[in-house]
Amino acid sequence: MSTNQPFEQVVREHGPRILRVCRAVLGAGADADDAWSETFLAALRAWPDLDAGTNHEAWLVRVAQRKCIDILRARKRLPVPSDALLEGTSPQRPDTTIWAAVAALPEKQRLAVAYHYYGGLPHTETAELTGSTPTAVRRAASEGIATLRRALAHDVGATP
Amino acid sequence: MTIPALDPADLEVLHRRLVHGATAAGLLDVAYREIESPIGTLLLASTARGLVRVAFAAEGIEEVLETLGQRLSPRILRAPTRLDRAATQLDEYFRGARTAFDLDLDDALSTGFRAHVQAHLIDIPYGATASYGQVAAALGNPKAVRAVGTACATNPLPIVQPCHRVLRADGSLGGYLGGTAAKSALLRLERGE
Repeated sequence: MSTNQPFEQVVREHGPRILRVCRAVLGAGADADDAWSETFLAALRAWPDLDAGTNHEAWLVRVAQRKCIDILRARKRLPVPSDALLEGTSPQRPDTTIWAAVAALPEKQRLAVAYHYYGGLPHTETAELTGSTPTAVRRAASEGIATLRRALAHDVGATP
Repeated sequence: MTIPALDPADLEVLHRRLVHGATAAGLLDVAYREIESPIGTLLLASTARGLVRVAFAAEGIEEVLETLGQRLSPRILRAPTRLDRAATQLDEYFRGARTAFDLDLDDALSTGFRAHVQAHLIDIPYGATASYGQVAAALGNPKAVRAVGTACATNPLPIVQPCHRVLRADGSLGGYLGGTAAKSALLRLERGE
Protein backbone atom coordinates (compact mmCIF):
# COMPACT_ATOMS: atom_id res chain seq x y z
CA MET A 1 0.00 0.00 0.00
CA SER A 2 1.33 3.42 -0.91
CA THR A 3 1.06 6.60 1.12
CA ASN A 4 -1.66 9.27 0.96
CA GLN A 5 -0.14 11.60 3.51
CA PRO A 6 0.09 15.21 2.27
CA PHE A 7 3.76 15.87 1.46
CA GLU A 8 3.61 19.25 3.22
CA GLN A 9 3.37 17.39 6.55
CA VAL A 10 6.61 15.60 5.72
CA VAL A 11 8.42 18.84 4.90
CA ARG A 12 7.16 20.43 8.11
CA GLU A 13 8.07 17.44 10.26
CA HIS A 14 11.45 16.53 8.78
CA GLY A 15 12.67 19.70 7.00
CA PRO A 16 14.68 21.00 9.99
CA ARG A 17 16.34 17.63 10.66
CA ILE A 18 17.38 17.25 7.03
CA LEU A 19 18.79 20.79 6.95
CA ARG A 20 20.98 19.99 9.99
CA VAL A 21 22.23 16.83 8.27
CA CYS A 22 23.06 18.72 5.06
CA ARG A 23 24.77 21.54 6.94
CA ALA A 24 26.83 19.12 9.02
CA VAL A 25 28.00 17.26 5.89
CA LEU A 26 28.49 20.21 3.54
CA GLY A 27 28.80 23.26 5.79
CA ALA A 28 26.11 25.86 6.45
CA GLY A 29 25.86 27.48 3.05
CA ALA A 30 24.54 27.31 -0.48
CA ASP A 31 25.62 23.67 -1.00
CA ALA A 32 23.60 22.54 2.02
CA ASP A 33 20.60 24.50 0.75
CA ASP A 34 20.97 22.80 -2.65
CA ALA A 35 21.22 19.36 -1.04
CA TRP A 36 18.08 20.07 1.02
CA SER A 37 16.16 21.18 -2.08
CA GLU A 38 17.33 18.19 -4.13
CA THR A 39 16.41 15.84 -1.29
CA PHE A 40 12.83 17.06 -0.94
CA LEU A 41 12.31 17.32 -4.70
CA ALA A 42 13.43 13.69 -5.13
CA ALA A 43 11.28 12.68 -2.16
CA LEU A 44 8.26 14.47 -3.62
CA ARG A 45 8.79 12.64 -6.91
CA ALA A 46 8.90 9.24 -5.19
CA TRP A 47 6.26 10.07 -2.57
CA PRO A 48 3.03 8.65 -4.08
CA ASP A 49 4.71 5.27 -4.73
CA LEU A 50 6.48 5.02 -1.39
CA ASP A 51 5.52 1.97 0.64
CA ALA A 52 3.20 2.98 3.49
CA GLY A 53 5.37 1.20 6.06
CA THR A 54 8.49 3.23 5.24
CA ASN A 55 10.28 5.02 8.08
CA HIS A 56 10.16 8.54 6.58
CA GLU A 57 12.91 9.97 8.75
CA ALA A 58 15.47 7.28 7.84
CA TRP A 59 14.40 7.31 4.19
CA LEU A 60 14.87 11.08 3.91
CA VAL A 61 18.27 10.97 5.64
CA ARG A 62 19.41 8.32 3.12
CA VAL A 63 18.16 10.44 0.20
CA ALA A 64 19.94 13.47 1.70
CA GLN A 65 23.15 11.46 2.04
CA ARG A 66 23.07 10.59 -1.69
CA LYS A 67 22.44 14.24 -2.62
CA CYS A 68 25.33 15.36 -0.39
CA ILE A 69 27.62 12.80 -2.06
CA ASP A 70 26.58 14.15 -5.48
CA ILE A 71 27.49 17.66 -4.39
CA LEU A 72 30.81 16.56 -2.87
CA ARG A 73 31.69 14.82 -6.16
CA ALA A 74 30.82 17.96 -8.10
CA ARG A 75 33.03 19.95 -5.71
CA LYS A 76 35.99 17.67 -6.48
CA ARG A 77 35.54 18.25 -10.20
CA LEU A 78 35.30 21.98 -9.61
CA PRO A 79 37.86 23.09 -7.00
CA VAL A 80 36.49 25.57 -4.49
CA PRO A 81 38.25 27.62 -1.82
CA SER A 82 39.17 25.69 1.33
CA ASP A 83 36.83 27.79 3.43
CA ALA A 84 33.83 26.48 1.48
CA LEU A 85 32.50 24.78 4.60
CA LEU A 86 31.85 28.17 6.14
CA GLU A 87 30.53 29.84 3.03
CA GLY A 88 27.22 31.55 3.64
CA THR A 89 27.47 31.75 7.41
CA SER A 90 27.39 35.37 8.40
CA PRO A 91 29.24 36.29 11.60
CA GLN A 92 26.34 38.12 13.25
CA ARG A 93 24.08 35.07 13.22
CA PRO A 94 23.73 33.20 16.51
CA ASP A 95 24.07 29.73 14.97
CA THR A 96 27.40 30.50 13.26
CA THR A 97 29.47 29.27 16.20
CA ILE A 98 28.04 25.78 16.29
CA TRP A 99 28.23 25.27 12.52
CA ALA A 100 31.84 26.42 12.57
CA ALA A 101 32.52 23.93 15.38
CA VAL A 102 30.80 21.15 13.41
CA ALA A 103 32.78 22.05 10.28
CA ALA A 104 36.02 21.83 12.28
CA LEU A 105 35.39 18.21 13.38
CA PRO A 106 37.45 15.41 11.80
CA GLU A 107 35.46 13.91 8.91
CA LYS A 108 34.55 10.62 10.64
CA GLN A 109 33.19 12.45 13.68
CA ARG A 110 31.41 15.02 11.53
CA LEU A 111 29.61 12.35 9.46
CA ALA A 112 28.71 10.34 12.56
CA VAL A 113 27.26 13.50 14.15
CA ALA A 114 25.42 14.33 10.88
CA TYR A 115 23.71 11.02 10.20
CA HIS A 116 23.41 9.53 13.68
CA TYR A 117 23.08 12.46 16.05
CA TYR A 118 21.29 15.00 13.82
CA GLY A 119 19.71 12.56 11.35
CA GLY A 120 18.61 10.00 13.92
CA LEU A 121 19.88 6.99 11.95
CA PRO A 122 20.94 3.99 14.06
CA HIS A 123 24.69 3.26 14.38
CA THR A 124 24.37 0.30 12.00
CA GLU A 125 22.79 2.34 9.19
CA THR A 126 25.16 5.25 9.73
CA ALA A 127 28.05 2.77 9.44
CA GLU A 128 26.65 1.46 6.14
CA LEU A 129 26.30 4.97 4.72
CA THR A 130 29.76 6.08 5.73
CA GLY A 131 31.67 2.86 5.06
CA SER A 132 32.45 2.36 8.74
CA THR A 133 31.50 -0.06 11.51
CA PRO A 134 28.78 0.43 14.14
CA THR A 135 31.38 0.46 16.91
CA ALA A 136 33.50 3.08 15.15
CA VAL A 137 30.39 5.19 14.45
CA ARG A 138 29.34 5.03 18.10
CA ARG A 139 32.79 6.18 19.17
CA ALA A 140 33.09 8.87 16.51
CA ALA A 141 29.65 10.30 17.36
CA SER A 142 30.34 10.52 21.08
CA GLU A 143 33.80 12.00 20.49
CA GLY A 144 32.30 14.48 18.07
CA ILE A 145 29.62 15.56 20.52
CA ALA A 146 32.22 15.88 23.30
CA THR A 147 34.37 18.06 21.05
CA LEU A 148 31.37 20.23 20.15
CA ARG A 149 30.46 20.64 23.84
CA ARG A 150 34.02 21.73 24.63
CA ALA A 151 34.17 24.12 21.69
CA LEU A 152 30.83 25.70 22.54
CA ALA A 153 31.52 25.89 26.29
CA HIS A 154 34.85 27.56 25.52
CA ASP A 155 33.18 29.96 23.14
CA VAL A 156 30.43 30.88 25.62
CA GLY A 157 33.03 31.24 28.37
CA ALA A 158 35.17 33.50 26.21
CA THR A 159 32.29 35.82 25.38
CA PRO A 160 31.92 38.60 27.93
CA MET B 1 23.01 22.95 22.90
CA THR B 2 24.83 20.68 20.43
CA ILE B 3 21.69 20.46 18.27
CA PRO B 4 21.73 23.79 16.44
CA ALA B 5 18.60 25.91 16.39
CA LEU B 6 17.53 26.82 12.86
CA ASP B 7 16.31 30.18 11.66
CA PRO B 8 12.64 29.77 10.58
CA ALA B 9 13.34 32.32 7.82
CA ASP B 10 15.95 29.95 6.30
CA LEU B 11 13.42 27.12 6.25
CA GLU B 12 10.82 29.41 4.70
CA VAL B 13 13.22 30.35 1.88
CA LEU B 14 13.94 26.66 1.27
CA HIS B 15 10.22 25.91 1.27
CA ARG B 16 9.62 28.56 -1.39
CA ARG B 17 12.45 27.07 -3.47
CA LEU B 18 10.86 23.64 -3.13
CA VAL B 19 7.49 24.95 -4.33
CA HIS B 20 9.22 26.63 -7.27
CA GLY B 21 11.19 23.50 -8.18
CA ALA B 22 8.17 21.23 -7.75
CA THR B 23 6.05 23.47 -9.96
CA ALA B 24 8.73 23.58 -12.67
CA ALA B 25 9.05 19.77 -12.56
CA GLY B 26 5.27 19.26 -12.70
CA LEU B 27 5.31 17.62 -9.26
CA LEU B 28 2.97 19.96 -7.40
CA ASP B 29 -0.49 18.38 -7.80
CA VAL B 30 -2.30 20.29 -5.06
CA ALA B 31 -1.33 23.76 -3.82
CA TYR B 32 -2.97 25.25 -0.75
CA ARG B 33 -3.03 28.24 1.54
CA GLU B 34 -5.06 29.47 4.47
CA ILE B 35 -6.75 32.86 4.59
CA GLU B 36 -8.45 34.73 7.41
CA SER B 37 -12.06 35.79 6.86
CA PRO B 38 -14.92 37.25 8.92
CA ILE B 39 -16.25 33.68 9.29
CA GLY B 40 -12.92 32.25 10.40
CA THR B 41 -9.90 30.65 8.77
CA LEU B 42 -10.52 29.19 5.31
CA LEU B 43 -8.44 26.63 3.47
CA LEU B 44 -8.08 27.14 -0.29
CA ALA B 45 -6.68 24.35 -2.46
CA SER B 46 -6.13 24.20 -6.19
CA THR B 47 -4.89 21.82 -8.85
CA ALA B 48 -3.43 22.76 -12.23
CA ARG B 49 -7.03 22.97 -13.49
CA GLY B 50 -8.29 25.38 -10.88
CA LEU B 51 -9.69 25.87 -7.40
CA VAL B 52 -10.69 22.44 -6.12
CA ARG B 53 -11.57 22.96 -2.44
CA VAL B 54 -12.63 25.67 -0.03
CA ALA B 55 -12.84 24.41 3.54
CA PHE B 56 -13.80 25.86 6.91
CA ALA B 57 -11.58 25.61 9.98
CA ALA B 58 -14.46 23.68 11.61
CA GLU B 59 -13.84 20.83 9.16
CA GLY B 60 -10.26 20.51 10.43
CA ILE B 61 -7.56 21.84 8.09
CA GLU B 62 -5.28 18.80 8.49
CA GLU B 63 -8.18 16.38 8.01
CA VAL B 64 -9.22 18.15 4.80
CA LEU B 65 -5.64 18.01 3.48
CA GLU B 66 -5.49 14.30 4.29
CA THR B 67 -8.71 13.75 2.35
CA LEU B 68 -7.22 15.64 -0.61
CA GLY B 69 -4.18 13.37 -0.32
CA GLN B 70 -6.43 10.33 -0.61
CA ARG B 71 -8.78 11.57 -3.29
CA LEU B 72 -6.49 13.67 -5.51
CA SER B 73 -2.78 13.23 -4.85
CA PRO B 74 -0.45 13.30 -1.83
CA ARG B 75 1.85 15.68 -3.75
CA ILE B 76 0.48 18.58 -1.72
CA LEU B 77 2.42 21.68 -0.69
CA ARG B 78 1.57 24.98 0.95
CA ALA B 79 2.01 27.38 -1.96
CA PRO B 80 0.29 30.69 -1.14
CA THR B 81 1.06 32.51 -4.39
CA ARG B 82 -0.72 29.82 -6.41
CA LEU B 83 -3.92 30.85 -4.61
CA ASP B 84 -3.44 34.63 -4.83
CA ARG B 85 -6.27 35.15 -7.30
CA ALA B 86 -8.80 33.19 -5.25
CA ALA B 87 -7.63 34.86 -2.02
CA THR B 88 -8.01 38.33 -3.51
CA GLN B 89 -11.51 37.62 -4.84
CA LEU B 90 -12.66 36.14 -1.54
CA ASP B 91 -11.30 39.18 0.27
CA GLU B 92 -13.26 41.43 -2.09
CA TYR B 93 -16.37 39.30 -1.53
CA PHE B 94 -16.11 39.61 2.25
CA ARG B 95 -15.68 43.38 1.92
CA GLY B 96 -18.90 43.48 -0.09
CA ALA B 97 -16.99 44.58 -3.19
CA ARG B 98 -17.60 41.42 -5.23
CA THR B 99 -20.85 39.60 -6.01
CA ALA B 100 -19.54 36.88 -8.35
CA PHE B 101 -16.29 34.93 -8.65
CA ASP B 102 -14.20 34.74 -11.78
CA LEU B 103 -12.02 31.68 -11.11
CA ASP B 104 -11.12 28.45 -12.86
CA LEU B 105 -12.71 25.60 -10.92
CA ASP B 106 -11.76 21.92 -10.79
CA ASP B 107 -14.76 19.68 -10.07
CA ALA B 108 -12.57 16.63 -9.40
CA LEU B 109 -14.14 16.16 -5.95
CA SER B 110 -17.71 15.96 -7.29
CA THR B 111 -19.41 13.35 -9.39
CA GLY B 112 -22.77 12.78 -11.08
CA PHE B 113 -25.90 14.61 -9.96
CA ARG B 114 -24.07 16.24 -7.03
CA ALA B 115 -21.62 17.88 -9.43
CA HIS B 116 -24.56 18.99 -11.58
CA VAL B 117 -26.30 20.61 -8.59
CA GLN B 118 -23.12 22.22 -7.27
CA ALA B 119 -22.24 23.71 -10.66
CA HIS B 120 -25.70 25.31 -10.87
CA LEU B 121 -25.66 26.93 -7.42
CA ILE B 122 -24.29 30.09 -9.04
CA ASP B 123 -27.66 30.45 -10.80
CA ILE B 124 -29.05 31.70 -7.47
CA PRO B 125 -28.23 35.42 -7.60
CA TYR B 126 -26.14 37.21 -4.97
CA GLY B 127 -28.38 38.33 -2.13
CA ALA B 128 -31.19 35.90 -3.07
CA THR B 129 -32.06 32.50 -1.64
CA ALA B 130 -33.83 29.38 -2.93
CA SER B 131 -35.28 26.31 -1.26
CA TYR B 132 -33.88 22.82 -1.82
CA GLY B 133 -37.10 22.04 -3.73
CA GLN B 134 -36.76 25.11 -5.94
CA VAL B 135 -33.19 24.13 -6.83
CA ALA B 136 -34.35 20.59 -7.67
CA ALA B 137 -37.19 21.94 -9.84
CA ALA B 138 -34.86 24.39 -11.61
CA LEU B 139 -32.68 21.41 -12.57
CA GLY B 140 -35.75 19.68 -14.06
CA ASN B 141 -35.88 17.09 -11.30
CA PRO B 142 -38.40 18.35 -8.70
CA LYS B 143 -38.37 15.09 -6.74
CA ALA B 144 -34.63 15.29 -6.08
CA VAL B 145 -34.97 17.46 -2.97
CA ARG B 146 -32.91 15.14 -0.78
CA ALA B 147 -30.24 14.78 -3.47
CA VAL B 148 -29.99 18.57 -3.64
CA GLY B 149 -29.59 18.63 0.14
CA THR B 150 -26.79 16.08 -0.09
CA ALA B 151 -25.12 18.02 -2.89
CA CYS B 152 -25.16 21.18 -0.77
CA ALA B 153 -23.86 19.34 2.30
CA THR B 154 -20.93 17.91 0.30
CA ASN B 155 -20.17 21.04 -1.75
CA PRO B 156 -16.35 21.09 -2.07
CA LEU B 157 -16.35 24.79 -3.01
CA PRO B 158 -18.58 26.59 -0.50
CA ILE B 159 -18.91 30.39 -0.83
CA VAL B 160 -17.65 30.22 -4.44
CA GLN B 161 -20.46 27.79 -5.31
CA PRO B 162 -23.01 29.45 -3.02
CA CYS B 163 -24.74 26.59 -1.22
CA HIS B 164 -25.34 29.06 1.61
CA ARG B 165 -28.14 30.55 -0.56
CA VAL B 166 -30.14 27.32 -0.34
CA LEU B 167 -32.58 27.16 2.58
CA ARG B 168 -35.33 24.86 3.83
CA ALA B 169 -38.82 25.28 2.33
CA ASP B 170 -40.03 27.00 5.53
CA GLY B 171 -37.23 29.56 5.23
CA SER B 172 -35.16 28.13 8.08
CA LEU B 173 -31.42 27.90 7.53
CA GLY B 174 -30.81 24.18 7.09
CA GLY B 175 -27.32 22.83 7.66
CA TYR B 176 -23.94 24.21 6.63
CA LEU B 177 -20.45 22.70 6.73
CA GLY B 178 -19.07 25.92 8.19
CA GLY B 179 -21.82 26.04 10.83
CA THR B 180 -25.16 27.86 10.76
CA ALA B 181 -23.57 31.02 12.20
CA ALA B 182 -21.32 31.22 9.13
CA LYS B 183 -24.28 30.58 6.82
CA SER B 184 -26.36 33.37 8.31
CA ALA B 185 -23.32 35.69 8.33
CA LEU B 186 -22.88 35.15 4.57
CA LEU B 187 -26.59 35.82 3.95
CA ARG B 188 -26.44 39.02 6.03
CA LEU B 189 -23.34 40.12 4.12
CA GLU B 190 -25.13 39.60 0.81
CA ARG B 191 -28.17 41.55 2.02
CA GLY B 192 -25.83 44.42 2.76
CA GLU B 193 -26.42 44.23 6.52
